[in-house]
Amino acid sequence: MQLTADGKLKHFLTTEGIPPLLLEEILDRAEQFVSLPGKAQVKAPLLRGKTVMNLFFENSTRTRTTFELAAKRLSADLVNLDIRNSATSKGESLLDTIRNIEAMGCDMFVVRHSSSSAAHFIAKYCAPHISVINAGDGRHAHPTQAMLDMLTIRQHKPDFTPLKIAIVGDIKHSRVARSEIHALNTLCAGEIRVIAPITLMPNGIEDMGVKVYTNMEEGLKDLDVVIMLRLQHERMNTAQLPSVREYYARYGLTEERLKLAKPDAIVMHPGPVNRGVEIDSRVADGSQSVILQQVTNGVAVRMAVMSMAIASQASLAKEKGAS
Amino acid sequence: MSQILIKNAHVINPETELDEVIDIAINGSKIAGLGKSVSKDFKAKEVIDAKDHWVLPGLVDLSAYLREPGQENKTRIPFETYSAASAGITRICCMPEPLCAIDSGAMVKLIRSKVKKAGYSRVSVIGALSQHLKGEQLSHMGSLKYVGCVGLSQGHAPVKDLSTLRKAMEYAVTFDMPLFLHPIDHSLMITGGMHEGALSTRLGLNPIPVAAETAAMAQILTLVEQTQSPVHFCRLSSSDSMKMLKQAKDSGLPVTADVAAHQLFLTEMDVCDYNPLCHTVPPLRSERDRDALRQAASDGLIDAICSDHQPHEIDAKLAPFEETSPGISAFETLLPLTMRLVEEKVLSKTQAISYLTNKPAKLIRKRSGNIEVGRAADFSIYDPNEFWQLETEKMTSRGKNTPFSGWGFNGKTIKTFVRGKKVYDLNEGL
Repeated sequence: MQLTADGKLKHFLTTEGIPPLLLEEILDRAEQFVSLPGKAQVKAPLLRGKTVMNLFFENSTRTRTTFELAAKRLSADLVNLDIRNSATSKGESLLDTIRNIEAMGCDMFVVRHSSSSAAHFIAKYCAPHISVINAGDGRHAHPTQAMLDMLTIRQHKPDFTPLKIAIVGDIKHSRVARSEIHALNTLCAGEIRVIAPITLMPNGIEDMGVKVYTNMEEGLKDLDVVIMLRLQHERMNTAQLPSVREYYARYGLTEERLKLAKPDAIVMHPGPVNRGVEIDSRVADGSQSVILQQVTNGVAVRMAVMSMAIASQASLAKEKGAS
Repeated sequence: MSQILIKNAHVINPETELDEVIDIAINGSKIAGLGKSVSKDFKAKEVIDAKDHWVLPGLVDLSAYLREPGQENKTRIPFETYSAASAGITRICCMPEPLCAIDSGAMVKLIRSKVKKAGYSRVSVIGALSQHLKGEQLSHMGSLKYVGCVGLSQGHAPVKDLSTLRKAMEYAVTFDMPLFLHPIDHSLMITGGMHEGALSTRLGLNPIPVAAETAAMAQILTLVEQTQSPVHFCRLSSSDSMKMLKQAKDSGLPVTADVAAHQLFLTEMDVCDYNPLCHTVPPLRSERDRDALRQAASDGLIDAICSDHQPHEIDAKLAPFEETSPGISAFETLLPLTMRLVEEKVLSKTQAISYLTNKPAKLIRKRSGNIEVGRAADFSIYDPNEFWQLETEKMTSRGKNTPFSGWGFNGKTIKTFVRGKKVYDLNEGL
């Protein structure tokens, strides 16, 4: 559904099922967009005359801002819609909201929604000339986050095949973890581990091609990459965990624990970071942390994905014109 | 007064183990003669030749949501009772739901009068177990029985606690009212979810464990053991529930159970592209569970197959999966799916028809679903060789929400009679 007939990226809804070459194309393109700190930004004209709608049905600062920057650096016109406070609260259905915004004229939706499959749904029902980029749907997928993590890993460790990578934390509710697992598997990462207490581990996760660890120390051994997930406070009240303190004591990434991984291991976190909950400040700010580099890469990856989706639209339109 | 003679009818009536080609005489609303008992001087005003066709007892459907009064935007009683008739169903059990709680005599009378005015299939009303289906205060069970309710149910709504459920069971026994309970533990049952497993994890949908059903079932069984009040389990979905049901029946507990027809065909895999038409409660489970349900049907462990008909307006299914309303518009697939189980050699022909006629009728203590002299003439004429494909636009129900669109079936209901009166004719579009 997310690819055109000739295998180009039409929508970006999930990393699942995207061929390895296409994932690498996203990374290669993103690499070109990565800007060096302090260097003046040059605007690329790839999205000139295109309108991007940021549809955020759920809170977000980082993702929304990086999408906004990415669109602007590609010379697109961008509208931010904070839908939480408007249409849906007045009882409008998602489909009506989409149809209305579509009628205003636009070329791309960037969608964040609390329901899994919301981006699929929009891609299925929106006009055929529109591309949909999933900026996080429920606990299903967050593909651009996964790709910016892949880019960050590749910048430090160019070959995925020997890598041992662990994702630590609330796997059950994490769309980031799911998208990363699919991407890592497609890119042939050596070993993917997930580390969490069983309450935060979804049923049948092994089937996605990961090794399950409930013990942090065992899971951290010999790692090349540690990806920490944010522990959402609201989970604390639903009997998934006894307390923040216990979680930090058993699963927090401290300097001592990090020593179990390889000495050149990198530490990642999709943010926002809860210092003292899932990660020690000394680790978050330490030499092995690449958390801010992830954010920088976020803009580049989103520029890559947006430009590729718009390019596939252009080639589709050309074909139509030719026939 | 109708006086109809149906000639050369292949009558299949599991209750009397009748399975042969005979003539049927209908006088007024009753069956006047069968085969040899058709009197020589019976003067028919209308003669129907049913050569190569089957005559089946009118189907009894244990569960349907008719949406009226309360949700007329979805559908209305005349549309749905007609749809049932078109599917050979002559008696529908109408379930209470929060927006139409059926907790008063007045509500029952209103529904019955609308059904009567429509004049298609019959409706037996299942009343609410608790007032407003809130699960707190017991409903007026005595009055509900007085106005003709055939049973009581809490629908999908929760009962406050076990003490309330126990009292409800005891009070129902007082009035000899059968209980139709959905075993659902609401703390394990997350709305908008699907069967817990690798697929729910991959799709990121809320997982509903099998324990949401079995834990509730275990609690109910414990209370049944204590109170000895009969309970019918509605819409069982899992292999483990079948094991528990067998154990309970073997130990002599007064329990019965049914399965929805779609659960015998669909599995969690059908949800894999977030198909909202496959959003049901209880959720579609694994292939292993489906096979266990089929085995239970084959072994005669369950007592009925029902449609669990839940018609919706289009918008109810036009949203991301977890935000859609659960349920399938299922009258029109009840008989076709069940007969398909015969083709797939899961059930015998008689077994299949029995699950839809005399067996469910017994659960609501009606003598329906039986073609016998002196009984009401509720039956359908069925062409077993007619191949057809389900097209949603052609459905008679207002609810077009079916995942079986495009499926091909062998066999179609061509005429339906209720009380001796023809209420559906495929060729006349009655």
